[in-house]
Amino acid sequence: MAGQEEERGDTKKKFSIFDLPDVPMGQLPDHLQLHRTRVLCNNDAPIHTESVQYSGAYATVGVDNSLRFDHFRNNFRVEVVRLTEEDMEFDMVGIDAAIANAFRRILIAELPTMAIEKVLIANNTSVVQDEVLAHRLGLIPIGVDPRHFEYLSENDQPNERNTIVFKLHVSCKRGSPRITVKSDELKWLPNGSELVKESTPSDSASKPETYTSFSCSQETIPEFAKNPIAPKYPDIIIAKLGPGQEIELEAHAVKGKGKTHAKWSPVATAWYRMFPEVVLLEEVEDDLAEELKSKCPVDVFDIEDLGKG
Amino acid sequence: MEHGSFGDESVATFSLNEEDHTLANAVRFTLNQDPRVRFCGYSIPHPSDARVNVKVQTTGDPAKEVLKDACQDLMQMCEHIRNTFDKTVGELKASEAVKKKNSHSQEKAMDIDSQESDSESEESESN
Repeated sequence: MAGQEEERGDTKKKFSIFDLPDVPMGQLPDHLQLHRTRVLCNNDAPIHTESVQYSGAYATVGVDNSLRFDHFRNNFRVEVVRLTEEDMEFDMVGIDAAIANAFRRILIAELPTMAIEKVLIANNTSVVQDEVLAHRLGLIPIGVDPRHFEYLSENDQPNERNTIVFKLHVSCKRGSPRITVKSDELKWLPNGSELVKESTPSDSASKPETYTSFSCSQETIPEFAKNPIAPKYPDIIIAKLGPGQEIELEAHAVKGKGKTHAKWSPVATAWYRMFPEVVLLEEVEDDLAEELKSKCPVDVFDIEDLGKG
Repeated sequence: MEHGSFGDESVATFSLNEEDHTLANAVRFTLNQDPRVRFCGYSIPHPSDARVNVKVQTTGDPAKEVLKDACQDLMQMCEHIRNTFDKTVGELKASEAVKKKNSHSQEKAMDIDSQESDSESEESESN
């Protein structure tokens, strides 16, 4: 009996389906490999859009789908397509959409920047309402490294380590033409607020209390001594003033993140897409090839000489 | 982080405060690639609450440890991506600077900001 069992076990092993020549061990059949590595853009809809993440997904064909860190380490690479001061495009090869998307989300919502959060308006006789003006100021990008600053918590006093103060004081004289107020009119106040709180007792000999409590000038901080803080672009239109109109205000910028408000988002937008691959189903030659080439507005196709002979 | 399992350590739901798809989807990705994981998934119970629930079911190991390892994997991955990115961008800037120097040797070589390479941030882990 026992011998029979053994024999049966042996024959089973001998005729295991995995030993057949068309079942390649250790690598996926072509169609599964295609599912795993490509999103197909079909006529009706894209298919295989979700990556197969489960480690045991291909266990039945003997393929390990678990994370092999050394494999990732050896195969991951970055290729920069375009890089300018404000614009960057790069390829990440050998990464899953889950991770690429996480980077996109982090770029949009979780990287801190400085933006104007509080606006103290002393005088505004322009046609732009106070709240609209404050909103516009908030959206102005400020050219400063946020790593030099701390977050301003609810109970914190605004000080030189968490607040940047700007002053805006412009007026249009009577009889003169209208003027356009641009972001270069925002003047950095390294010593903090200049507006005195009304509640300050008049009898005290100490200096009057303002809306910030800076212990030293921000100009003494070495990072800002060489490059004074200013809006990133000098030509952003804030408001237009007619004759006799005036704006006088103080804007306090603090550190924040894009998830709180888009004004703290460091990017205009950040996006990713799958790397495109165009497969021609048949050889296209001669006039047809010319036609195909001219039809694509972004010059995807090019014509190659066929080797003669 | 809250721990929602009693008795059986191999099944647990973790509630992560102040997190969203960014972390949860990435952690799900690394969890799923761990052979010890039988099932994992995440949900956001209410879109107005900054909270995700990550469910982990393992083949026997404590779910807590498996989640920790997944976070560790993710951190290592991000670190490697950051290093590769910094290296590539650094090389590109260096080669561009050399090109510029060669083509406009009389012009002052442009001072290229190195700020941009910091645009990739690391994942924040809240254990």
